[in-house]
Amino acid sequence: MSVELDVFVGNTTIMDKEVYQLWLNGYTVNDAVKVRIEGGVMEECEASAEVLLSDTMDQYRTFQMCERLLHHPAKLANQLLFQIPPDRQAMLIERYYAFDDSFVREVLGKKLSKGTKKDLDDVSIKTGIMLKSCRRQFDNFKRVFKVVEELKGPLVENIRQHFLLPDPLARDYAAIVFFANNRFETGKKKLQYLTFQDFAFCAGQLINNWTVGAVDNMMEDMDVDLDKEFLQDLKDLKILITDKDLLDQHKSLVCTALRGKTNVFNEMEANFKNLSRGLVNIAAKLINAKDVRDFFIDLVEKFIEPCRSDKLTSIDVNLYLTHYTNSAHILDTFKHHTVWTRYMGVIKSCILRMYHD
Amino acid sequence: MPGKLKAKIVAGRHLPVMDRASDLTDAFVEVKFGNTTFKTDVYPKSLNPQWNSEWFKFEVDDEDLQDEPLQITVLDHDTYSANDAIGKVYIDIDPLLCSEAATVISGWLPIYDTIHGIRGEINVLVKVDLFNDLNRFRQSSCGVKFFCTTSIPRCYRAIMVHGFVEELVVNEDPEYQWIDRIRTPRASNEARQRLIFLMSGELQRKIGLKVLEMGGNAVVGYLQCFDLEGESGLVVRAIGTACTLEKISTFPATATHPSNSSPSKDMKEPVFGEEAPGVPLSSGPPTPLRAQTFSSFSPSKSYSRQSSSSDTELSLTPKTGMGSGGSAGKDAGPLKALLKQQTQSALEQREYPFFTLTVFPPGFLLHVGGVVSARSVKLLDRIHNPDEPETRDAWWEEIRQEIKSHAKSLGCHAVVGYSESTSICEEVCILSASGTAAILSSRFMQDGPLDTELRLSQQPLCVFSTGSERVEGDMGSSASLGFEEVVSPGCGFCHIPYDELNIPFPAQLTYCYCCRRYKVPDVLFTTIDLPTEASVTGKGCLIQARLCRTKKKAQGEVNATAISNLLPFLEYELHTQLMNKLKLRGMNALFGLRIQISVGETMLLGLASATGVYLTALPSPGGIQIVGKTPSDITYEQHISNMQKKINDTITKNKELYEINPPEVVEEIIGSPIPEPRQRSRLFRSHSESSDDVSEIDLSHGKKDAFVLEIDDTDAVEDIHALLTDSPTPAGFYSCNTEIMPGIQNWTSAIQMFTSVRVFRLNANLTNQGLNKIFSDLCENLLKSLYFKLRSMVPCCLCHLNFTVAIPEDELIQVAVTAVALSFDKEQTLENGKQSGEKTPIKAITENDEQLQFNLELNAETSSSSISPKGLSEVGSHPSARAPSVDYSSFADRCSSWIEQLKLKAHTIRRGSVKTTSSMEKASPLPEGRSRSLRSNRSYSGSSVAVVKMTPLSFIPGAKIIKYLGIINMFFIRETSSLREEGGVSGFLHTFIAEVFAMVRAHVAALGGNAVVSYSMKECVFMENPNKNQAQCLINVSGDAVIFVRESELELTSVQPQSATTQTSNGGEGT
Repeated sequence: MSVELDVFVGNTTIMDKEVYQLWLNGYTVNDAVKVRIEGGVMEECEASAEVLLSDTMDQYRTFQMCERLLHHPAKLANQLLFQIPPDRQAMLIERYYAFDDSFVREVLGKKLSKGTKKDLDDVSIKTGIMLKSCRRQFDNFKRVFKVVEELKGPLVENIRQHFLLPDPLARDYAAIVFFANNRFETGKKKLQYLTFQDFAFCAGQLINNWTVGAVDNMMEDMDVDLDKEFLQDLKDLKILITDKDLLDQHKSLVCTALRGKTNVFNEMEANFKNLSRGLVNIAAKLINAKDVRDFFIDLVEKFIEPCRSDKLTSIDVNLYLTHYTNSAHILDTFKHHTVWTRYMGVIKSCILRMYHD
Repeated sequence: MPGKLKAKIVAGRHLPVMDRASDLTDAFVEVKFGNTTFKTDVYPKSLNPQWNSEWFKFEVDDEDLQDEPLQITVLDHDTYSANDAIGKVYIDIDPLLCSEAATVISGWLPIYDTIHGIRGEINVLVKVDLFNDLNRFRQSSCGVKFFCTTSIPRCYRAIMVHGFVEELVVNEDPEYQWIDRIRTPRASNEARQRLIFLMSGELQRKIGLKVLEMGGNAVVGYLQCFDLEGESGLVVRAIGTACTLEKISTFPATATHPSNSSPSKDMKEPVFGEEAPGVPLSSGPPTPLRAQTFSSFSPSKSYSRQSSSSDTELSLTPKTGMGSGGSAGKDAGPLKALLKQQTQSALEQREYPFFTLTVFPPGFLLHVGGVVSARSVKLLDRIHNPDEPETRDAWWEEIRQEIKSHAKSLGCHAVVGYSESTSICEEVCILSASGTAAILSSRFMQDGPLDTELRLSQQPLCVFSTGSERVEGDMGSSASLGFEEVVSPGCGFCHIPYDELNIPFPAQLTYCYCCRRYKVPDVLFTTIDLPTEASVTGKGCLIQARLCRTKKKAQGEVNATAISNLLPFLEYELHTQLMNKLKLRGMNALFGLRIQISVGETMLLGLASATGVYLTALPSPGGIQIVGKTPSDITYEQHISNMQKKINDTITKNKELYEINPPEVVEEIIGSPIPEPRQRSRLFRSHSESSDDVSEIDLSHGKKDAFVLEIDDTDAVEDIHALLTDSPTPAGFYSCNTEIMPGIQNWTSAIQMFTSVRVFRLNANLTNQGLNKIFSDLCENLLKSLYFKLRSMVPCCLCHLNFTVAIPEDELIQVAVTAVALSFDKEQTLENGKQSGEKTPIKAITENDEQLQFNLELNAETSSSSISPKGLSEVGSHPSARAPSVDYSSFADRCSSWIEQLKLKAHTIRRGSVKTTSSMEKASPLPEGRSRSLRSNRSYSGSSVAVVKMTPLSFIPGAKIIKYLGIINMFFIRETSSLREEGGVSGFLHTFIAEVFAMVRAHVAALGGNAVVSYSMKECVFMENPNKNQAQCLINVSGDAVIFVRESELELTSVQPQSATTQTSNGGEGT
């Protein structure tokens, strides 16, 4: 005696958010049933385990049938097979494309290749996220990456339009794509303290300021790559540290401005040349793809760590960077104001974000 | 009336990749109608082709327009090999042929392949230009409107109800033709789909012709079924009720208000008066009188049914020579007789005074007698000559005759809520028909000769609008207007239609608890919907009786005989169960009763579903008393008293649950052959009944007092157990199989239609009890699952719960359910509940008596006479019929009403006796329309998917139906040879059902509609062969495409998400 076939089809497709989440999280049907039983839905609705099993299987089947559509969310609205109210469609898409921060931290900046995918079981063990869920998240990254890679125009906008994602999620995906494309190193031990949101913020800064799309609204190019010309120009900033006069002048200007405004003035003064060298060197090296990857680690090593060992607060850092940036404009012989502003604007906001007290 | 069919292929989208190399498709389209085919250009390398074709024109006869579907095939062009078919779309042109329905079909339709399912969509435009038809001898019936709805469609009013129409066509099943051995499954499936399309078109056309002949312009309650008889062929049959409908012109505001009709009625009546004299009358009373009759009540719509009948009485009596006592007053008997007589004159002319309607215009249904049903077991044989399907016709004729005679024996002249069904297993076929014997008002029927002669002169006798049910105010007054027979509204239909002095069976009659003037039975079973005017106490609930009976494997006649012998017992037991369950819930009437008997090789399955209610007019039901047969030891006694207590508790609980709290009334029972009415009716049940000689039983039963449930073995214990195991519906849920649930009015606009299918595999060698338990659990669990699924809609009511059982193969039981969940507003419900708890006449309207039963003897006679000479096993039928009547002395009567009607016959048809073939005609080749190349450059790339609601009900809560666009009748086959890959049987069927829904919605949207009402899945035949990794499924669905508007715009926004009620969702941009 067994149920051979058990199907429920509504004119409006019925989807339970809770079961959907269990499915997304990679639970098997049986595990999902256990979770639901523990959740107390049975008592609430006078249901039996059998009923729960049948319902769960049914929902899982529905989700599986929908998954194909979720890969191309625009199709979900256009397809005829499932009648799903728009708000539900949005929910399905949003949740399908949602990811775990802990998971994304593991793959952020890695090449979205088969090789990486093979390593997902390690990631799964490390993060405690089920392999199935890891795969879905990874495949989402990859899918978005592939579609967006070749598109012109603003990255975030492209993602939002093609995947119908809400703005914050689209921004996160933009960050993931951007990181994957530029292969930023995020896995080093020194970077472990940074959350995905820290990186996503920085990615946003970089995308908005350092890519071709940032300056050129012709949308000839994409947002995924850094503006090569700009990187080239960054080399010119080297003058700030190579020219001894300029360096001293810069330092005195900054120190004048800072004096009396902070408790750590002495440390700042003592470290000025070191810090300035660090930042300018980072700028000068960005033309090399390899050094781009180390961008964040460099920021930490060359700037954040020294500051931290001097016990600067983020207010101090903010103060310092503001004056550091502004003072350069007053320097007589320094001509690269545009590049400097463009560079320091991003650096400043990234550092402030990455500078956890 | 020749016509020009024009089709334009605009674009495609989401096409599958047909060329692996390029990952693209070179698609083109073939458009075929009859034997004419057009092609579009190939649109190379695209999954979203834009053909923007010219208008393809087909010049055709309207006959072909009715029969043939427009067939659109999408193919992938291949330079070197044969073009690959991507899929097809069949478009039923019929809705375009009626001026009041749709004018154009335009939209995205799914491209369907029987192997792959939906493969993309195609955007088409289809129009028809019809020329005027002056040919009186035409074979077409364009313009006749068809409705699946079993009530007068909202936004129409019935001018006349003509009566029963039926037709059937037969053909060879392509699946069983020799050629099937060499063609692909796809070709075979498509041949079948196309054939069925053709056959249903033809059937509809033929029915339409009959309607025209009768002078009608519409068919309501159109029910079309397929019998897949396997080797012996394919039968498509349909029944319906011919009507003359008139559109209510003032549409939005008043469409649904019956009261509007009165003015128009007034206008019409005079016309009738004038014309009437010219009407050729073959039978009835003289015309002038008749005219008078009608005019007498025409001025005002409000009059009671009874009054109208009395008018008639006056006019008719002399003519008919009826000894009508003038004692119209209190004596209902003669009055009724007259009434009967009068309408009979109208009805008797009809071959079958049957009506497929289940809801009636106010004033149409006067009295209800009880359920009548008939079954017959036949052996199938090859249909040799499809053009002359006499055998099948004859079979049905027999059954209908029987039904007719049963109705007569119940003192009724008509059968309402009539339906027919079959169950086929190998070569054995059970034909079933059932309905409710009733007395109808003649106002809506033509008197005198029907059909042809009257056609020209027919005029509306009366007009009533139907629209929505709510008729309250109006009706109330009408009721009070009546003269002596001031029937308290809402009880009239319960009054017995038969003569109580001459009751053929022992019945327990009481004076009506509402009006106290007329007699009512203590229990009433019907197949119709609860009349809106009925006063009901509390709420109703779904009641099901479920039964399995094993049988030996056998062949041919032996098998047929065995089945015939089993049937009466099955019916009897089902009836017993229904009765017990009804009592257990403290209710006294069943509506929407539908008994389905399904036959398999080794078992018979019976499922009876109905909605139980407490009719205020009927006496309160007694309880159930358990008695041990051999009161030997104490533990046993204790056991029994425990059970008794349980039962009593359950009854009390149920009364609370359903808010059944009838007013206390002094019991007065009269005229019943049983002198002492028992409060507590007793059911006596012996076990022998199933095996012993039946007639003996009924004797013994007859002597016992009723309503004792006797326990003498495990069998009975099981039964009682089963009685108690029906778990109550969870809090917040109600369920019924009728259109509306009494006691709930404030529906929200949240609706959710669904279909659920389960197949259960049994172990071999189960006993009857084991089987019963499994089957019962299967149904119960299915219901539980539904409640759970729909928990987010609470408080809600599952309406129109329609169960279909089948035995797809040995050891498999399939149960399919289609229903709709409607949520309602709780607050108000509570109020209502309170009211009803006190005693709620929920709605009031009109009429009067009721009836039940019929005469056993009569019945027996009639039945035997109706038995064909070939009948093999009439054996069981009478005894069985009687058994119940004896059992429960009190309601035996009622039961008997339907049980009696059973007739079982096994017919053997000699092979080769009849010949067959298909009546389908090929469309004649027509001159091809010249193609012009008018390219329109519009591109239909962007799209939004319109939300289409589906519901098995005839209405949409909170909305008004403003237009009917035509009938949707679709048949699909899906097959797979990669079952596992598609997710096993469940995955396969899940996808298929979703696809069917999608196609229905798309076609409705293309017609311009936003909902399907009266939707039903009439066939779901599922076959699997897991070893070969194969499965096949056939689904037939139907419904009425409509446009509705919300009663208030505000509601639009408040719609719940799950309800799918949100308006059109605009999807992303198409591409």
